[in-house]
Amino acid sequence: MSPETRPKLAVYKFSSCDGCQLAILSLEDELLSLVGEVEIAYFLEARSQTLEGPYDVTLVEGSVSTAEDIERIHKVREQSKYLITIGACATAGGIQALRNWADVGEFVRAVYATPAYINTLEQSTPISAHVAVDFELNGCPINKYQILEVLTALLVGRAPHLPRHSVCLECKRRGTSCVMVLGGIPCLGPLTQAGCGALCPAYNRGCYGCFGPMESPNPDSFAGFLLKNGTPRAELIRMLRGFTGYAEVFRSAGDKLAKTSP
Amino acid sequence: MKPSLPRVAASVVVSKASLQKVFDNMRVSGFSLVGPTVREGAIVLDELTQMSELPVGWSDLQAPGGYRLERTREPQYFAYSCGPQSWKKYLLPARLKLFSVEKENGNWRVQPAQNLVPRYAFIGVRACELSAIAIQDRVFMTGEFRDPHYARRREPIFILAVQCTQSASTCFCVSMKTGPRAAGGFDLALTELPDTFVVEVGSEAGSEMLRDTAWAPATAFDLGRATQACQRAGREMQRQMRTDDLPGLLYNNLEHPRWDEVATRCLSCANCTQVCPTCFCVNVEDHSNLKATAAERTRVWDSCFALDFSHVHGGNIRPTIRSRYRQWLTHKLASWIDQFGVSGCVGCGRCITWCPVGIDLTEEVQAIRDKAIK
Repeated sequence: MSPETRPKLAVYKFSSCDGCQLAILSLEDELLSLVGEVEIAYFLEARSQTLEGPYDVTLVEGSVSTAEDIERIHKVREQSKYLITIGACATAGGIQALRNWADVGEFVRAVYATPAYINTLEQSTPISAHVAVDFELNGCPINKYQILEVLTALLVGRAPHLPRHSVCLECKRRGTSCVMVLGGIPCLGPLTQAGCGALCPAYNRGCYGCFGPMESPNPDSFAGFLLKNGTPRAELIRMLRGFTGYAEVFRSAGDKLAKTSP
Repeated sequence: MKPSLPRVAASVVVSKASLQKVFDNMRVSGFSLVGPTVREGAIVLDELTQMSELPVGWSDLQAPGGYRLERTREPQYFAYSCGPQSWKKYLLPARLKLFSVEKENGNWRVQPAQNLVPRYAFIGVRACELSAIAIQDRVFMTGEFRDPHYARRREPIFILAVQCTQSASTCFCVSMKTGPRAAGGFDLALTELPDTFVVEVGSEAGSEMLRDTAWAPATAFDLGRATQACQRAGREMQRQMRTDDLPGLLYNNLEHPRWDEVATRCLSCANCTQVCPTCFCVNVEDHSNLKATAAERTRVWDSCFALDFSHVHGGNIRPTIRSRYRQWLTHKLASWIDQFGVSGCVGCGRCITWCPVGIDLTEEVQAIRDKAIK
């Protein structure tokens, strides 16, 4: 594609760890062909030169956790024809949404030497709580091949192929025996969307739910079964309130368990 | 003087250690051996070279939603039931590249995938699994639509079956009339006794693999012990399912309240379909490069429990977990018979053991039967 007609791509960071931007940069073999097809117009982690908006496609990493974030996300939205949130923070509020169940002031006092320097909102919220989002890509971090698939699909003009089913299918495809059935390890896999390649169960760990809730989760049955079989309620709540704990399905399941706590 | 090789349909005894010679004979004949071995606390299927890689001295304890290995008193080689994987892992690979296309001077050039297919020798195939393979053979190799990928893998395989001498609590092959004894469909079939293997010879190729094993004709005593050991597996079986009227029962009860009830428990995670040795549903995924000048098509295992699987033009035809569980169960036990002339269930019990919340299809069918509308 000629430089004049290449779509302009912007990548913005909000409250996040930069892991999703790194996932894009780790597309080592594909990065050169990507910059041949899109103009990297704004991506501070990759290029110091920036181009003015508007942008054709904007990727947003990170959640909204400060008053400045709120202002900035509206400006980003105004400059973007197609806005994609990338990762657990932008899509579900991220691990920093743990504060949503606690007193953020207490956290600040516990963590920072000079709490007065910290100016933050009570809650960490996903981008979609503030502006319209055209597409949400899950993961903590995102899968680099999935972001490539999303961008390819946009360039070609088709829908992206991204699984919405459970992690369990990925476990079975790679030949991992179910850790829940084998060792009674609580695993969020049956509730979580595939996309990571079922990484944690392959190392005998339960799924942490990084890719957010799957298409048709049944958290009541899942939680009821684990409670009945000896998983402590507090552990179950902690499990649900993880990297994507503020996503609606996990949030309401965790809240329900907390509320019905004996 | 006895002949150098037993004839087909003969039963012989070989020492346990001779199994290694059988393995060696297979490898010399060009087979890649795959069979049961212990990995991460379960008996799975993988490549084998030595008989010591078999789960020697291991048995399994299975229950709805539970599986655990335990030590046997004697160092037996085959003292366990079906594990989480089935032979479809090799015959219908979970991920298979089909072809790639590339645009050249405005024309698309199609390049079929060059997949190397070993000649497999399957070690330790159980009676229910032979039935499952026979079912997939019907699905993929008979009728108008023959699957060349399946056929290429299936046709050259060698099958060393093992007659079950114990059953897991989740087994119900007796109800499905698929076991515990395999009557045919194998090249060799072993029955493990405490001191020896009794081997039924199912084919010329099977006989050939007994070369130099110091085999001896089985005596009536050996055959009697082998038969009794296998019968014990049948007697021990804890689960059952009445099958005579199953299609009618399910078709007449499509609005039974039990479907609502099971939907409150089912996670729609698809584990049952992935561990099922007959479930064959796949998806094809196309991936292109950024310029859309090259693409490839891959076939991957899919499931009727995945929402996108039943998304068709105009919307989703099975949007609820209730509708997807009902689809799976009625297809497996009823419409499969209409479609392929045989039930889709072989009674191996994998879907019961490997359901993370322990849903038991025999219990679901019984619940429908107990309060049948018709």
